[in-house]
Amino acid sequence: MSLSLYAGTLSSGILTGLVYGLAAMGLSVIFGVVRLVNFAHGEMMVLGMFAAVVLAAAWGIDPLLSALPVAALLFVAGYGLQRGLLNRFIDRPDHQQFILLLGIAMILVNGLMMVFGPDARSTNVPYGFDAFFVGGITLDKTRVYAAGGALIVAAALYAFFRFSRTGIAIRACADNQLGAAVVGLDVKGLYAITFGIGSAVVGIAGCLLSLVIDVRPQLAADYTLLSFIIVIVGGLGSMGGALLGGVLIGVSEALAGVLIDPSRKQMVSYGLLILVLLVRPQGLLGKRG
Amino acid sequence: MLTQDLFEGVTPRGKMLFTAGLGALLLLPEVADSYLISILTLIFWFAYVGQAWNVMMGFAGQLSLGHALYVGLGGYGAAALYMHLGLGPWVGMLVVVPVCALVGMAIGWLGFRFGVRGVHFALLTIACAEFTRVAFDHITALGGSGGLFLPVVGGRGDDLLMLRGSPQLYYYVMLVLALLALALCRIVTRTRLGYFWLALRENPDAAAALGIPLLRVKLLAVGLSAGMTAVGGVFYAFYYNNLFPDQVFAMGRSIEILLGPIVGGIGTVFGPVLGAMILTPLGEGASLLLEALGITLPGTKQVIYGLMLVLIICFRPAGIWPWLAVKAGLVVPPGETDLREKGEAE
Repeated sequence: MSLSLYAGTLSSGILTGLVYGLAAMGLSVIFGVVRLVNFAHGEMMVLGMFAAVVLAAAWGIDPLLSALPVAALLFVAGYGLQRGLLNRFIDRPDHQQFILLLGIAMILVNGLMMVFGPDARSTNVPYGFDAFFVGGITLDKTRVYAAGGALIVAAALYAFFRFSRTGIAIRACADNQLGAAVVGLDVKGLYAITFGIGSAVVGIAGCLLSLVIDVRPQLAADYTLLSFIIVIVGGLGSMGGALLGGVLIGVSEALAGVLIDPSRKQMVSYGLLILVLLVRPQGLLGKRG
Repeated sequence: MLTQDLFEGVTPRGKMLFTAGLGALLLLPEVADSYLISILTLIFWFAYVGQAWNVMMGFAGQLSLGHALYVGLGGYGAAALYMHLGLGPWVGMLVVVPVCALVGMAIGWLGFRFGVRGVHFALLTIACAEFTRVAFDHITALGGSGGLFLPVVGGRGDDLLMLRGSPQLYYYVMLVLALLALALCRIVTRTRLGYFWLALRENPDAAAALGIPLLRVKLLAVGLSAGMTAVGGVFYAFYYNNLFPDQVFAMGRSIEILLGPIVGGIGTVFGPVLGAMILTPLGEGASLLLEALGITLPGTKQVIYGLMLVLIICFRPAGIWPWLAVKAGLVVPPGETDLREKGEAE
């Protein structure tokens, strides 16, 4: 096997991994602040994918552009869900939250199945088969654009939590729920905003990924698990960790696909998860606590 | 003495209903058609594995989302022993039950030892089940992703020892297994170990402070739960005569297993049974209804299922059994036990 093939595999793994990382960031934000494990995460991602597919098919809108309305739509949906339903479950035991989100996930994914059927669809962008050539390495244009979009959104998300007043207030809730309430923050309102942001982010990730893959409703559970793996590997609550974890999983999947056997690539991800859980449960970039 | 213990806290009305229901189930195969028998067998199966899952989560408070692992290992193990060595399922169980209990305890030991708790532990169980699923997809000696098929021998009547025969045989075997699991859980919750689990579930720190060996107690819960589930897997293999990694090890199966106890009432002994009695007919009923209405859209049934889950967890978060049992006067409400006993003594 030639060196350029490895380089190509590696770089396409990194590019896809960045989009995975963005999806996992949404999960990480929600868990880090609201302390809810969003078992409907992959389902929301697939919702974003189908929105991109519909917009592309109906009006020929590029998924890179449809990411904006999809983000708005998912923000509203996520905000409403947290406000109307999930806020009541904040203090309930883990397994009850899990069942609630599982029910929501089932409704979402099978609702998509009812509307779109089980067949694979794609966004069919005009540059779908174009590529960049960088020093002997072939990079799919779609992958490069998707990864670029993921990096921009990740940077925006980081800036929001670092500099905006709302972002700082949300971090205060995450650090100390009681303290935040004492200084007069509307904790439940901020939770709703956080869930909205997490949903919007994963929706964007779905749009971006729809450039690269064929979209089917059945993918949802896989992406939920994938996001979990990335978040645990990278470290819960660490945004950089989510991106790093995403790249790591993207690369290991790509390499396993070439070196071992494509159908076994999932085993590598699960193996990595088991290893990290046992050796470094706080994740690669996570803080112990 | 033993039956008295088993029915402690159950009102006379509850005992009567239980006896009547059991009697009806025992006689039912005489009149029921094969469709009803298959549905009831499925209900017993889910009641059984739900009971097994409940040992770990309901009694000891350790959330597992990967119980399909033990169904799959139990099923594949017994099927392999049957096909390659000619060993029957009951002999096979002597092998696969300890193996699954050990696998569960190994996962538990690794997890608890390294301080993996709560959601993280649940994810560890998912990861182990999924890892094994993909691995079994590639074990060609056991059929790989193409599935493993047990030979069907017809025309020799019911053979309990080899678990080959008519739907009625499977019906009774599964009914007995479900009853045994019910009795076992009823007994084990009244032992010292059962009370240790209760303390662990309610407050691990306080339990540790009291000197309860948490690690050992947790491992016993995982081991018992995994071993019981493996028996369910063996039955599954011999009932359906086929095993596909994507079906037995799937995360969907793990979730199906735990829905019953959660809907019925987590941590209660009769909850898993009630949950299975509600959910399985609900799924089947939804299919029949949709068929009758001529709706053939894929996914409709699951949407209804999902809605029911959301509604149940919103309005009956502790499960249906604790509420129903008191409402219908089937058990003595908690806290009134002592009063009743005093009243009877006078």
